[in-house]
Amino acid sequence: MDILITGLLLGGTYALIAVGLNLQYGVARIMNLANGEMLVAGGFVAFWLYTAGQTSPLLTVFLVAPVAFALNWLIYRFMLQPLVKRSKTRGQLETDSILATFGLSFVGVGLMLAAFGGDYFSYSFLAVPVEIFGDSYGANRVASFVAAVVICGALYLWLNQSRAGLAIRAVATAPASARLVGIDVRHLAAIAFALGGAVTAVGGALISTYLTLDASTGVVFTLKALIIVIMGGVGDVRGTILAALLLGIVETAVASLIDPGLTLAAAYILFLGVLLFRPQGLFGKAPT
Amino acid sequence: MTLTASDLRNLVLAALALAVCALLPFGGSGYWLGIGVTIVMFTALATSWALFSGPTHYISLATAAFFGVGTYVTGLGFEVLPFWSLIGIAGLIGAVLAALVGFATLRLSGVYFVIFTLGLAELVRQVITWGQNMTGQRGLYVLTDITEAGIYWWLLGLSAAVYLGGWLIGRSRLGFALRIIGDDETVAAHSGINTAFAKVMLFMVPGAVAAMTGAILAPRYVYIEPSLAFAPILSFQVVIMALLGGASRLWGPLVGVIPFTLLLESISSNFPNQTTLVLGVAFLVIVYFLPRGFVGLLEDARGGLRKRAGGMA
Repeated sequence: MDILITGLLLGGTYALIAVGLNLQYGVARIMNLANGEMLVAGGFVAFWLYTAGQTSPLLTVFLVAPVAFALNWLIYRFMLQPLVKRSKTRGQLETDSILATFGLSFVGVGLMLAAFGGDYFSYSFLAVPVEIFGDSYGANRVASFVAAVVICGALYLWLNQSRAGLAIRAVATAPASARLVGIDVRHLAAIAFALGGAVTAVGGALISTYLTLDASTGVVFTLKALIIVIMGGVGDVRGTILAALLLGIVETAVASLIDPGLTLAAAYILFLGVLLFRPQGLFGKAPT
Repeated sequence: MTLTASDLRNLVLAALALAVCALLPFGGSGYWLGIGVTIVMFTALATSWALFSGPTHYISLATAAFFGVGTYVTGLGFEVLPFWSLIGIAGLIGAVLAALVGFATLRLSGVYFVIFTLGLAELVRQVITWGQNMTGQRGLYVLTDITEAGIYWWLLGLSAAVYLGGWLIGRSRLGFALRIIGDDETVAAHSGINTAFAKVMLFMVPGAVAAMTGAILAPRYVYIEPSLAFAPILSFQVVIMALLGGASRLWGPLVGVIPFTLLLESISSNFPNQTTLVLGVAFLVIVYFLPRGFVGLLEDARGGLRKRAGGMA
């Protein structure tokens, strides 16, 4: 029970990060391997504002989101769109975007190392116990989970109910046909990429309230987010959320039952299972 | 197998170049021998990487995992077995590991492969660290009488073998099949090529070579522990060097290895904290300015010259 709830709380924040990545990959078709650095940057801002000005990370989110949105929009517009235009096939765009975002990721790590040094950073925010079903959990974890649920829920509703969400889903399903019905694919792809980046950065600000980060931890989160996206199915928000919760629970189980150093191995076992048995994702349809 | 006159000429030239390189340890400079070891090491790694990734366009980030496995083979076995047999065992384990990774991921799209290999080094590191914690070990001491020059010659031999192997694969049916897969996988599948099998076979080459490189270099480290042996940065350096040179030609990676090793060497001695930033910028330069590497530049220049000469005639 203890493992289940801790896992769910962790999985909630993972879901937020993975939904961000899924928007970028599913709609903008960019496999963004610099996603983890955006997360760490969000965490850095939260850390900095909390230690310097005692600003609650739950408020910092409202600053992080628009800044990350703008930054990611610029990255997409000026660095990734030329690649989209240049590439003739989907495969070439994938290779190009993987290399370019690796570059961005390393530049991001390099800049953060230069700005903050290589130290771990953590702060104690809302480090008071909350009781759920007789066991106690950190209030910061619970608060982050609630915030993640609210944001994921809002995104899900927006994608499924609004006109803009409909257009974005159209681009994700069939970019070529979306253009024919008058959807501005390039504009929407940029918006989706920026939105994905903003969601990830918010996830970073939230996760920094209870996990210790440093300038080079980004890649671990990128990897987990990628595994979640593949498990849940590309472009599928519901699948992503379920996969994230599953990963959170499995990881917590492995960490508390076997060894805390094996969390990535746990993620890999899930990943391998999906690759071998359901490569189209947990809820994806088999390719015809 | 028939050899044309130009094949023979290239073979003789390559053998001469190899002989000249083998003389480096007699130069007497420890500093340059150290750089020489790094250059030959990356030549073996980047060239074997490009053998797989050049034709298939799959970006493998597994080098560090295979390399680390190789160092552990030497670390665990150097007291019991002769050094040369450890290199062979490492190669075998590397090839088997590569085949396993290949069977799990290479049937699917390239993205899965990249992601899987991205975390592979970290995964093996976690498992070995866990194993060491269980048995109460820390690191391993590798105390041998193998000198820097010995390491250099072993690596040089390995690089030569990689070149020879790459040349032979290029002439074989497997190499032909891979070129078709790289051009159009659907066409390849329709003309009866078992694409997954061909890719797995080829992926075993960089796996084996990286593991052997690790086995050869283990004595240089003297003390090995998981975070040192499985440093993920190695995989990225190999990718950058191979692509910077150009993965489309056998000699391409070498053109990237030499300048980039010297660049990294000068940066890490002058600005040790900026190496990550340099790697990032290198990736961006490759994607935006050198998509075909130095090889592409050279070929464009040659093509331009020829065109100009043709226009004048």
